[in-house]
Amino acid sequence: MAELLSVRDLRIGAISHPPGEPPREVTLVEGVSFDLARGKVLGLIGESGAGKSTIGLATLAHGRGGVRITGGQVLLDGTDILSLGRRDVNRLRGARVCYVAQSAAAAFNPAHRLIDQVIEATLLRGLMSREAARARAVHLFDILGLPDPASFGDRFPHQVSGGQLQRAMTAMALCPNPALIVFDEPTTALDVTTQLDVLAAIKHAIEVTGTAAIYITHDLAVVAQVADDIMVLRHGRVVEYGPARQIIDAPGKDYTRALVSAQRTTRAEAADQSGAVLEIDGVSAGYGGGANVLEGVSLRLPKGQTLAIVGESGSGKSTLARVITGLLPPATGRVLFEGAPLPPSAARRDRDQLRRIQLIYQMADTALNPRQTVRELIGRPLGFYFGLRGAAKTARVTQLLEQIEMGRGFLDRYPAELSGGQKQRVAIARALAAEPEIILCDEPTSALDPLVAEGILRLLARLRRETGVSYLFITHDLGIVRAFADSVAIMHRGKVVRAGRKSAALSPPFDAYTARLLACVPEMRLGWLEETLAMRKDPDQ
Amino acid sequence: MPSQTAGVRRGDRHPLARLVVRRLALSIALLFAVSILIFGGLEAMPGDFATTYLGQSATPAAVANLRAQLGLDQPAATRYLDWMAGALRGDFGTSWASRGPVSEQIGQRLSNSLFLAGVAAAISVPLAILLGVVSVRFRDRAPDRIINLASLAAISLPEFFVGYLLILFFAIRLNLATFPATVHEGMGLLERLRVVALPVTGLVFVVLAHMMRMTRAALISVMSSPYVETAELKGLSALRIILRHAAPNAVAPIVNVIALNLAYLVVGVVVIEVVFVYPGMGQYMVDAVTVRDMPVVQACGLIFAAIYIFLNMLADIIAIVANPRLRHPR
Repeated sequence: MAELLSVRDLRIGAISHPPGEPPREVTLVEGVSFDLARGKVLGLIGESGAGKSTIGLATLAHGRGGVRITGGQVLLDGTDILSLGRRDVNRLRGARVCYVAQSAAAAFNPAHRLIDQVIEATLLRGLMSREAARARAVHLFDILGLPDPASFGDRFPHQVSGGQLQRAMTAMALCPNPALIVFDEPTTALDVTTQLDVLAAIKHAIEVTGTAAIYITHDLAVVAQVADDIMVLRHGRVVEYGPARQIIDAPGKDYTRALVSAQRTTRAEAADQSGAVLEIDGVSAGYGGGANVLEGVSLRLPKGQTLAIVGESGSGKSTLARVITGLLPPATGRVLFEGAPLPPSAARRDRDQLRRIQLIYQMADTALNPRQTVRELIGRPLGFYFGLRGAAKTARVTQLLEQIEMGRGFLDRYPAELSGGQKQRVAIARALAAEPEIILCDEPTSALDPLVAEGILRLLARLRRETGVSYLFITHDLGIVRAFADSVAIMHRGKVVRAGRKSAALSPPFDAYTARLLACVPEMRLGWLEETLAMRKDPDQ
Repeated sequence: MPSQTAGVRRGDRHPLARLVVRRLALSIALLFAVSILIFGGLEAMPGDFATTYLGQSATPAAVANLRAQLGLDQPAATRYLDWMAGALRGDFGTSWASRGPVSEQIGQRLSNSLFLAGVAAAISVPLAILLGVVSVRFRDRAPDRIINLASLAAISLPEFFVGYLLILFFAIRLNLATFPATVHEGMGLLERLRVVALPVTGLVFVVLAHMMRMTRAALISVMSSPYVETAELKGLSALRIILRHAAPNAVAPIVNVIALNLAYLVVGVVVIEVVFVYPGMGQYMVDAVTVRDMPVVQACGLIFAAIYIFLNMLADIIAIVANPRLRHPR
């Protein structure tokens, strides 16, 4: 048997409970077949809802929540694991097939030391003695580039960083020396610089141990770096399946081509960047008497333009948004609106000052009240700021819905009945309803699939053109900056390390941090990872 | 998670010790506050021991005389300070009704109460946790449904009703158990255990369901965590997942509800004591209230409060210690 894993005509369903309707059976995955040879890597790619995680978990005979595998075969070394009993399945899991979750921070048990969790399944299956398992774990920590491998495992999950946890989870999967590992978006939750390290560590570990892998991601540029074969999925069906080189260099289907070219175009920046609708002047701020999270930040946002704030998590970019909105009064420094200083605390700003600066959040899911309809959500600022009621309010809400390309059919829907992109559009309409001069966008597209995110960005660009609103756009995605911004500020550890016109800020000569940040953005071509790693002298910096 | 580490300062090397010490200090302050409430509350109560004791027809001179004798003519603040000074030395004064030292009488009653509560706790706590684990292991299947139904039935019946049912069946019909459950000095341990069998059974019925259902709920809420899915995908058995991966993260809510029920076992058992004629603290306090025997009522109140505060403090400290973020700071 040449193939390690053969999936034949896989069919997966679930019971869906749409609000206000009787539960019904839905098909999540249909007619998916693929083969995976020993030591090879298959990339599964698609938007959310494409069924890629569901397929990955099916190779461990697992269905999340109410998900059930309703047909097909998953042959591991010729044995259909879907026909095995619970005990036999458990014997496979954690021994021959292992799983690496998207968020290792949530997937590790907070109550136990890392080493105990890493070697747990290996010991229970009786694959190694405790000493041998510990020695293997330490060896894997070393391969994966974790600091101080001998004692790393003695720490608890909360004592190490997210990127380190993701590598520890990879070590946990590799420990029993499995034939197959399923990586479920292992780098999606990480910063771009961390992602590069983890990606390199995973690729290196796969090569050294010779395990086969299924690598699930929505980022084609990432999967291009690790996969031998790529399967593109949409709505639970295979769009295209073939060798990585063919999918990347010569995609056969329109959908794949759209994914490959989702590397956005560059937009020319505004020529005149004088004047400022918003000015941040020497702001330092911190939480609860702790050390300052922001240190002497000064920025300028010209009217009708977009200033992108770029940085990793912990760089202080969301804190800056809190200072501007007045949720966090700064320790020192001022925020000026059209040249006049704003009161530091939102409680001291008047209604008109509040109205002129609105926010859009990363998670539209949590930013919209689940018990209010779209009409109420968008209508609230209309009533609050402009005193609109009744028919006038409905007319204005409808107008706003049309502006965000949704229409009046959505008036009485609840957020649960909207897709991720639609929710974000409603959040945008709610911000627009206040007729603001500035909208602070806090990573509004980073939780969305690439094609949906593109639609949101197009909408924001159109609104900027039509209403003259200015954006302060927080992101960690340099692709968005190129496509969308006029000026850029790059933040690192609470300080602005580089700021200015987009063309100047993103062109050499670079400071050390900006150079590193730019080098970490995955490019959609094979071999990018190797080139980048070869260029870096010090991989742990 | 900010909520879990609330109150932990940056760079604090021993957040655990600091939190525990703070919790201890809080408990002591609380106990003093409660002592003032007890004293003030009784002070504000209508009625007066001297008139109750001497009867309606007593002369004003006799009443004044008795009041002076009991120290009731002193200002309240003085009496409170005297009382507290005594209480700190373990001296709760003299009972107005029996003229005997309160501490001595309470000592016997308290040890009876603690014995009854201790036996009930020793049975109900492990049993509740065991049943909780079993019902999670067989969630939504027959064992889970039976345990839930039975515990719901047990919690719905008033405790006096459970008590009389037990007496009717086990003491009268089957003649298996002793009634009344009166213990006295000089009884051997086995004899005592046999005598308290029925009231202990009644108490177990009352507290079991609450603790079991909380254990079940706490475990189930942890069972939906991603790390439990990780454990499933590592091929661990259901029981190992519950015990090793869910239980350590469900300690805080379980311990809290156990503490509440243990406190109830000591201070809330008046009904069971009366039904089974058991000489515990509850009955003693009720008797003292009827005759307005203030030193006894105050002492009982203070001891009950101390037990409540102590058990809740213990639960909080266990919950703090069970949090790995506090036990092992970064």
